[in-house]
Amino acid sequence: MTGQAKAGRPNQLLRNLNAKIASIPMILTAVVIFFGGTLWTVLYSFTNSKLLPRLKFVGFDQYERLWAAPRWVISIENLAIYGFFSLIFSLVIGFVLAALMDQKIRFENTFRTIFLYPFALSFIVTGLVWQWILNPEFGVQSVVRSLGWTSFVFDPLYTPSIVIYGILIAALWQGTGLVMCLMLAGLRGIDEDIWKASRVDGIPTWKTYLLIIIPMMRPVFITTLVIIASGIVKVYDLVVAQTSGGPGIASEVPAKYVYDYMFQAQNLGQGFAASTMMLVTVAIIIVPWAYLEFGGGRKRV
Amino acid sequence: MKLRLLAAALAATVVLPFGVANATDLEVTHWWTSGGEAAAVAELAKAFDATGNHWVDGAIAGSGGTARPIMISRITGGDPMGATQFNHGRQAEELVQAGLMRDLTDVATKEHWKDIIKPSSLLDSCTIDGKIYCAPVNIHSWQWLWLSNAAFEKAGVAVPKNWDEFVAASPALEKAGIVPLAVGGQPWQAAGAFDVLMVAIAGKDTFYKVFKDKDEDVAAGPEIAKVFKAADDARRMSKGTNVQDWNQATNMVITGKAGGQIMGDWAQGEFALAGQTAGKDYTCLPGLGVNEIISTGGDAFYFPLLKDEEKSKAQEVLASTLLAPATQVAFNLKKGSLPVRGDVDLTAANDCMKKGLDILAKGNVIEGTDQLLSADSQKQKEDLFSEFFANASMTPEDAQKRFVDIIASAD
Repeated sequence: MTGQAKAGRPNQLLRNLNAKIASIPMILTAVVIFFGGTLWTVLYSFTNSKLLPRLKFVGFDQYERLWAAPRWVISIENLAIYGFFSLIFSLVIGFVLAALMDQKIRFENTFRTIFLYPFALSFIVTGLVWQWILNPEFGVQSVVRSLGWTSFVFDPLYTPSIVIYGILIAALWQGTGLVMCLMLAGLRGIDEDIWKASRVDGIPTWKTYLLIIIPMMRPVFITTLVIIASGIVKVYDLVVAQTSGGPGIASEVPAKYVYDYMFQAQNLGQGFAASTMMLVTVAIIIVPWAYLEFGGGRKRV
Repeated sequence: MKLRLLAAALAATVVLPFGVANATDLEVTHWWTSGGEAAAVAELAKAFDATGNHWVDGAIAGSGGTARPIMISRITGGDPMGATQFNHGRQAEELVQAGLMRDLTDVATKEHWKDIIKPSSLLDSCTIDGKIYCAPVNIHSWQWLWLSNAAFEKAGVAVPKNWDEFVAASPALEKAGIVPLAVGGQPWQAAGAFDVLMVAIAGKDTFYKVFKDKDEDVAAGPEIAKVFKAADDARRMSKGTNVQDWNQATNMVITGKAGGQIMGDWAQGEFALAGQTAGKDYTCLPGLGVNEIISTGGDAFYFPLLKDEEKSKAQEVLASTLLAPATQVAFNLKKGSLPVRGDVDLTAANDCMKKGLDILAKGNVIEGTDQLLSADSQKQKEDLFSEFFANASMTPEDAQKRFVDIIASAD
């Protein structure tokens, strides 16, 4: 018996051998390109590399300059505002739309297609469309003015203090359709019997949603959260298409700072320092969450 | 039989192009995409094609800020083009130092570039460690104020003759619903306008002390404070521009929606394309009418080091074509820029170009900021001035403090 078990153990390594061999390229890619590239970037962020990378270390100089740059600070603030609101609004709007869609309405397919359609457009196209819609000379403002309200003012893209909300509108228009679909799938996964039971007990619908359905949809929410959050951190093309960071530097975002300093300013060191800071920010949020989610034993579900 | 004939015909079509073309295809990348610029670059292509080679146009839309990263990553990434535009100056410095660019000294000595290129600072900018790495094609000067005669007529004031009169006329323009000064939203436009104000108001010496010697004390001093004061006026006058690209801003001047624009002489190509005449439809004031000095930055072609022998030869042909007198005249007339050689005949030039040629002949020239500052410092300046022009709550004093920091850290 024991002999057999011992003989069985080395087999552990050889089990599913084909699958393991097949995954080697992907593992290598992940280790070399993602992990290696990250380390390389962090290393070179401590150098004074200009157009081409070179190993001449300057300590934390690049980071000091980064945090002293008003443009970087504004970028971080913008990302915080954009991230906060786009997370909340896309979850709320997405869920509400999905819940409405789940009321066995007519033409559900049609509505679903309409809501999901913006997601098929790239950020560049979305940005351009909304640039036109929000342009004071031929967009919303001019339409409302031509209807008679001549003093109507609505030009978020040309007002530094609110320009980031102009971008937020476009992002929500593009992204909520996907959130809605994910939520709808989650809602459809809820057993019909739960609804019957809550109806028998006389619980109001809104309470059923809030206290029973949403907690049951936890996995769907987490998936959605990850998708939305990764979209927030890397937001770049939308800003480029809609405002190219303007007016002035009022709608700059970190990813754009990285690109501009790496390539336009020909200062790789500064760009690397900025991208390392982005990584650190993400890590600060992800690590504690991942620890809670996967680390602390298997107490939860 | 038929099949064999067909095969022969097919073979012929394959062989034929090889027979005709000892012509070499050379891809040339540039960011000349506005109407006037495209017309000018077509002249270069025509001249190069006439040498029996073939110009493959690699235009990259979205101005230099977008195009340069693409060009640089193609060169550093091992996919070099045949030739590429840069602003001559320090943009390609590191590419040359890394040995990625081709040494043109042979062509240059054979064709006596040293004697024909004027002012000589243009060739100096191409020279690194005694070797020549680029072929300058034109002189572009930033220091121009373009004014719409129609706009001033509508506002009922005379067309200004200098910057101060222009500032004084701005309330009348505003009253007539005209934006006094068009400044496009792209960052380089705001930074460029400031440099122009600096030459006009603080003068050549101060300009050099700040940008060449990187003297912090001068940058923090009263002369530069005056420039920031003028920039504050410009900011007030530019309110309501609401366009991004420089040629859209120029178009506002052409259509009389804006009173004027501070823009380099490349704007002239747009006026010409719109069929307007200098002096009648628009007015140009070099040095803002205050200080008639022009900077001699401009465009140059760099040639990446290629392995292909044929293409390397074609590069030489292109380099000498670019500087040939006929090409220089045809190209620069369309582009609105000045030729790099003093010995060509420009009788066809219009009033504004003639003014520029006069100033050039008098030697009232300075080096451009692209030649004096690294791309890094230029970018920081762009960040500062695009914020300054967009944000009315930023005081000139604060902006000057940040400007001093940039000069202090410039290399």
